[in-house]
Amino acid sequence: MFAAGLSAPDIQWAQLVPLLVLLGGACVLLLSTLAGSLPRWVAPSLTIATTFAALVVSAVRWNELYYNKGSYLVADAIAEDRFSMFATIVILVAVVCAALLMSSHHDNANGDALENYALLLTSAIGAIVMVAANNLIVMFLGLEILSLSLYLMAASDRRREQSQEAGLKYFILGGFASAFLLYGIALVYGATGAISISGISERLAGELTTGNKDALLLIGIGLILVGLGFKVSAAPFQVWTPDVYEGAPTSVTSYMASAGKVAAFAALLRLFMSGLTTRVDDWRPVIWVLAALTIFVGSTMAVVQTNVKRMLAYSSISHAGFVLVGVEAASHRGSDGLASSMAYLAIYTMLVMGSFAILVTVAGQEDSATSLDSFKGLAQRRPILALAFSALLFAQAGVPFTSGFVAKFGVIKSAVEAESYAIAVVAMVGAVIGAFLYLRIMVSMWMEDPTNTEKVTIPRPAGVVIAASVAFALIVGFFPGLLLDAAKLVRFVPL
Amino acid sequence: MIAAIQPTNTWYLILAAVLFGIGTFGVMVRRNPLVMFMCIELMLNAVNLTFVTLATAINDINGQVVVFFVMVVAAAEVVVGLGIVVAIMRRRNGVTADDLTALKG
Repeated sequence: MFAAGLSAPDIQWAQLVPLLVLLGGACVLLLSTLAGSLPRWVAPSLTIATTFAALVVSAVRWNELYYNKGSYLVADAIAEDRFSMFATIVILVAVVCAALLMSSHHDNANGDALENYALLLTSAIGAIVMVAANNLIVMFLGLEILSLSLYLMAASDRRREQSQEAGLKYFILGGFASAFLLYGIALVYGATGAISISGISERLAGELTTGNKDALLLIGIGLILVGLGFKVSAAPFQVWTPDVYEGAPTSVTSYMASAGKVAAFAALLRLFMSGLTTRVDDWRPVIWVLAALTIFVGSTMAVVQTNVKRMLAYSSISHAGFVLVGVEAASHRGSDGLASSMAYLAIYTMLVMGSFAILVTVAGQEDSATSLDSFKGLAQRRPILALAFSALLFAQAGVPFTSGFVAKFGVIKSAVEAESYAIAVVAMVGAVIGAFLYLRIMVSMWMEDPTNTEKVTIPRPAGVVIAASVAFALIVGFFPGLLLDAAKLVRFVPL
Repeated sequence: MIAAIQPTNTWYLILAAVLFGIGTFGVMVRRNPLVMFMCIELMLNAVNLTFVTLATAINDINGQVVVFFVMVVAAAEVVVGLGIVVAIMRRRNGVTADDLTALKG
């Protein structure tokens, strides 16, 4: 009885080029691992070249999308619009940085890291599919491609037992959250009869759901929020974050904290802002509570940590809370919350990459010296590194004339304009508490004596990432228009 | 009379919800990674049952197609999960979640 409904979709290959380039690069990398011992520079340069190619294509598409509003591809499964292009570009930049960090990580390792580069590219494919998915199942597949690659990358450092432990913990809890997300998708599908986000939006606008269907829809929305809340590490689903971030190799952590979060937030924004707009009154309070809790937990728990990697993990949790403030603001009519959330994600990505690049440098080849003690007196061991880290920490704290200020000011302004005063106050208080953590690291670096007086060597690729992210933090801090004008153009495909 | 009772869609939905609940409970209570892992598979298959039931209820094919995708994802998860468990097993004999305490959250 269903046979008439099946037909092969048209595939717009030309518009899928960024994905195809990444896929091709991943396949070549996997095959090259069979070739035996290649020079060490081959895998990172191949990864970076591939990602740059995808980045150029995406930038060209972004330029073309300036003049039109985007379209649906492959039987409405993928949406190509300014929103997906913006997020894609942020993710690809994160991939380039992560590849650079990985190559400075494994400088002396015995070539066992080749697969990591292939996994990096496949996870980027998953992330890009996720930000562009207009179909809940395609979104789930993107999420799984991203997550499965990340589980392996987290467990990939065979010399450190913590790495495998992190991989297993991430895997069990990630699978658990995916199951919740999938159950939510099933219930929303049952309630609306549509599996595509645009279809759900049409159905919900056309008819009011009542009785059992309404219950199905609400439970479904709740379960989806649990699943995506886990992926963006919103409290109370954040417990895995510090453990996994600490255990995973530092370069992988940087990638999880940036691209992983951008992808999950983009999926969340598209589903809720484009698919479930008619039910905004039901989900807005949930986002409100998540945002407030996440900021609070992220900023307060960070204070008691003694490991810089864990501190940055908690700081990434509180950043997720700020983005949720932007999401809450975006749910109000006529708000620019969407633009400020996307700008926040872009700024946060560069900050997190720079901070972890410094961590990679200080942690050394064994990737073990990440406690606050190893940052003591960094200003004496390598002043330039302490200076760069201070700039990035000031930016994360949201000090004026840094990109972090632009980001935090943006989401709080959106919240105030949407008349969500309470959440704006919570965000400001959270920012103040959070600043303590960043100052604590800085006090350690500048005012205490080093336990180890050896000079820190900066691997060249990590140096490039540090320089780029400090430059980005300052340039956006002084000329916020450069980024904000682009973020303001972000739109979904109109229905 | 028992013979007169025909299972309706609601029965299947409730069965799926119960299976999902058992899976959730299992992940939270059991300490063996392999068993936790089986519980996740149980949850995914409960969702599959939900999808098929709802697809029949609203007479739409998408829900049935989804099941194949979920099966493939579940299979891929097995590969990755067992790979990680084996990597840990090589270092020590026997793994329970309580032994994994190098990282304290």
